Amino acid sequence: MNKHTLSVLVENKPSVLARVSGLFSRRGFNIDSLAVGETENPDVSRITIVVNADSSPLEQVTKQLNKLVNVLKIVELDPQQSVQRELLLVKVRADRAQRSQVLETVELFRAKVIDVAPDTLTIEATGNPDKLDALLRDLEPYGIKEMVQSGLVAIGRGSRSITTGPALRAA
Amino acid sequence: MTRPTPETLAHRANPATVAAAANQAPAVVSPVSTTGAGALVRSLEALGVEVAFGIPGGTILPAYDPLFDSKVRHILVRHEQGAGHAATGYAQATGKVGVCIATSGPGATNLVTAIADAYMDSVPIVAITGQVSRPAIGTDAFQEADIQGITLPVTKHNFLVQTPEELPRVLAEAFHLASTGRPGPVLVDIPKDVQQAPTTFSWPPVLDLPGYRPTLHPHGKQIREAARLIAAAKRPVLYVGGGVLKAGATDGLRKLAETTGIPVVTTLMALGAFPDSHPQHLGMPGMHGTVPAVYALQKSDLLITLGARFDDRVTGQLDSFAPDAKVVHADIDPAEIGKNRHADVPIVGDARHVIDELIAAVSASAEGAGQYEPWWSTLNELRERYPLGYDEPTDGSLAPQYVIQRIGELVGPDAIYVAGVGQHQMWASQFISYEKPGTWLNSGGAGTMGYAVPAAMGAKVGRPDTAVWAIDGDGCFQMTNQELATCALEGIPVKIAIINNGNLGMVRQWQTLFYEGRYSNTNLGTHKHRIPDFVKLAEALGCIGLRCESKDDVDKIIKQAMEINDAPVVIDFTVGQDAMVWPMVAAGTSNDEIMFARDVRPEFEEDDL
Repeated sequence: MNKHTLSVLVENKPSVLARVSGLFSRRGFNIDSLAVGETENPDVSRITIVVNADSSPLEQVTKQLNKLVNVLKIVELDPQQSVQRELLLVKVRADRAQRSQVLETVELFRAKVIDVAPDTLTIEATGNPDKLDALLRDLEPYGIKEMVQSGLVAIGRGSRSITTGPALRAA
Repeated sequence: MTRPTPETLAHRANPATVAAAANQAPAVVSPVSTTGAGALVRSLEALGVEVAFGIPGGTILPAYDPLFDSKVRHILVRHEQGAGHAATGYAQATGKVGVCIATSGPGATNLVTAIADAYMDSVPIVAITGQVSRPAIGTDAFQEADIQGITLPVTKHNFLVQTPEELPRVLAEAFHLASTGRPGPVLVDIPKDVQQAPTTFSWPPVLDLPGYRPTLHPHGKQIREAARLIAAAKRPVLYVGGGVLKAGATDGLRKLAETTGIPVVTTLMALGAFPDSHPQHLGMPGMHGTVPAVYALQKSDLLITLGARFDDRVTGQLDSFAPDAKVVHADIDPAEIGKNRHADVPIVGDARHVIDELIAAVSASAEGAGQYEPWWSTLNELRERYPLGYDEPTDGSLAPQYVIQRIGELVGPDAIYVAGVGQHQMWASQFISYEKPGTWLNSGGAGTMGYAVPAAMGAKVGRPDTAVWAIDGDGCFQMTNQELATCALEGIPVKIAIINNGNLGMVRQWQTLFYEGRYSNTNLGTHKHRIPDFVKLAEALGCIGLRCESKDDVDKIIKQAMEINDAPVVIDFTVGQDAMVWPMVAAGTSNDEIMFARDVRPEFEEDDL
């Protein structure tokens, strides 16, 4: 099984996310990560879905997605040809003794501190999933009190945009 | 009992006159003031709707007021499931969109089985439901149900209408979605306050479906590749599904078959797409298909699949299905291609265009038609050795197969036959000869017991001049027979032949074969206790009730029923309980394991091929 990143352009209407996510579970697929937001065109939303599947079942789910009336276009983003980012907010235990070491880790990962309390620091980091995993591994010894992570968003490299490029429309 | 007389029925619009009125091109309507409910009913009229099946209730009440004055005929059913199946039967018999209407909450949820049924069999229906007023949505209001959420997985698309202004557009989109591409059910949920709100109605609206672009015309390269494979094949089969009927491609199919000389099998959903009497027709494939049809697919080197979907009831165990065959798979739904079986030549398109272009490509091909004589001689031998048939019951009971066969022979190939689900459905598929499209309606994909009575009602409404015979089981009949009251009151003279074996027959057959004859909860008591007494029940519902218990009476009673055209007729054919459906491929096994009869495996001479 392989991870695939699908960018799905959909009409910005109520119930569309339920249609898309329901289709995945109904057809027996697990969504690893999901992120939704408006695009440059306010009538269009973009859903980025990371799914773990072999290529032939992935083709089937893509075709089923294409059948949804509100789905406009589906593109699979090649990890080599795209930039992929997640956002992480993490509250780390950092008393006087540990604070400088934690700040050093923050510096190393080009993360930033967004909130300070006497015994904790809240850190914001963006990056690909591997980088964020590494950051969390380094912060773990200090004590992670709370964390929250966004779904992955991704965009193709180069000048071509998703609206002008070819769609994933097999058969 | 007072059955409505022809005079009391005369006030109802004659369906033919309604159709004539509705078929006039919808005039352009310049904006007029009305309510959401008015816009709904005017939209239905503009869309050419002749008839809607439904039941009013709290949240759909505003719509029923303008409906009262409308040229749309509303048929008041007795259960919303009946409205849904009636819309389906109407759509399958006429090719038009069927319409059903229900109120919110339980009214809407009662439609769900019929909607799921139409989804599995790709039938174009539009379901209109009332919803609680917008401010009450999400508050667990009285008779509130999230019918949009509930029907997401079983509709082609659905809508929750937000404003009265969008009603004409949403309804036009619903009808367009239901009837184009791969057809299917569409639900439109309309909050009560949207129906009540003032608005302006104008027609036609502009459709806004940027993500919906069905591919109708096949790719020329794939057609040429298919023609090349056809010319090279030694053992090809035309594997024909319901898509060919829906595309109206049956004339083309016949031409393609006769041009190429390739054998044809038609699935349960495609009966009537190719005449049963045609010498190239091998019958139905699948779990209860004919031996030649099942064998032909298994031993084929090329399946030319047209509007069929490699359903598990056709393929049996998928891994061992047609192991030597290359597959040309044509379907209007790209998601069907490669879903269950890899397609060597995928063709996305409407079956009519696909078949027309295949005929042209095959005719133009330098290789000409293939040479299939050895293939035909093997298949013909199988046809002779393993014809469809049945054994006379040894206990003196009436054979259900005989009853069904005689109905088909006496009523003829112009009638519409509507089956429930189970043994009687399979026998009706086997022992009635289907010669024309649109003469066989059944619940194939969903297998919905209770489909027959309301679907027959819908078919008869759509084609009032055609005889409509439901072949139903005693189990199925008890699920939806209340619609016979609708038929009696609305002047819908259907014939219902109950093949009454006193049991849930197909389940009992499996218990005989796979559960050592332990008949857990399959005896319905309709024989032993005669509860219900179907003749009395028929009469209570305003129908003529007849009973037939012996072979000698079968013809006489069928003819008696055929002569009654002013009331629905129910015939209780009391038949033996031990008859089984053969041939049979047991669930989950390979088609190679087909049994011709109990403990009888056909002998295939492998060396011939």
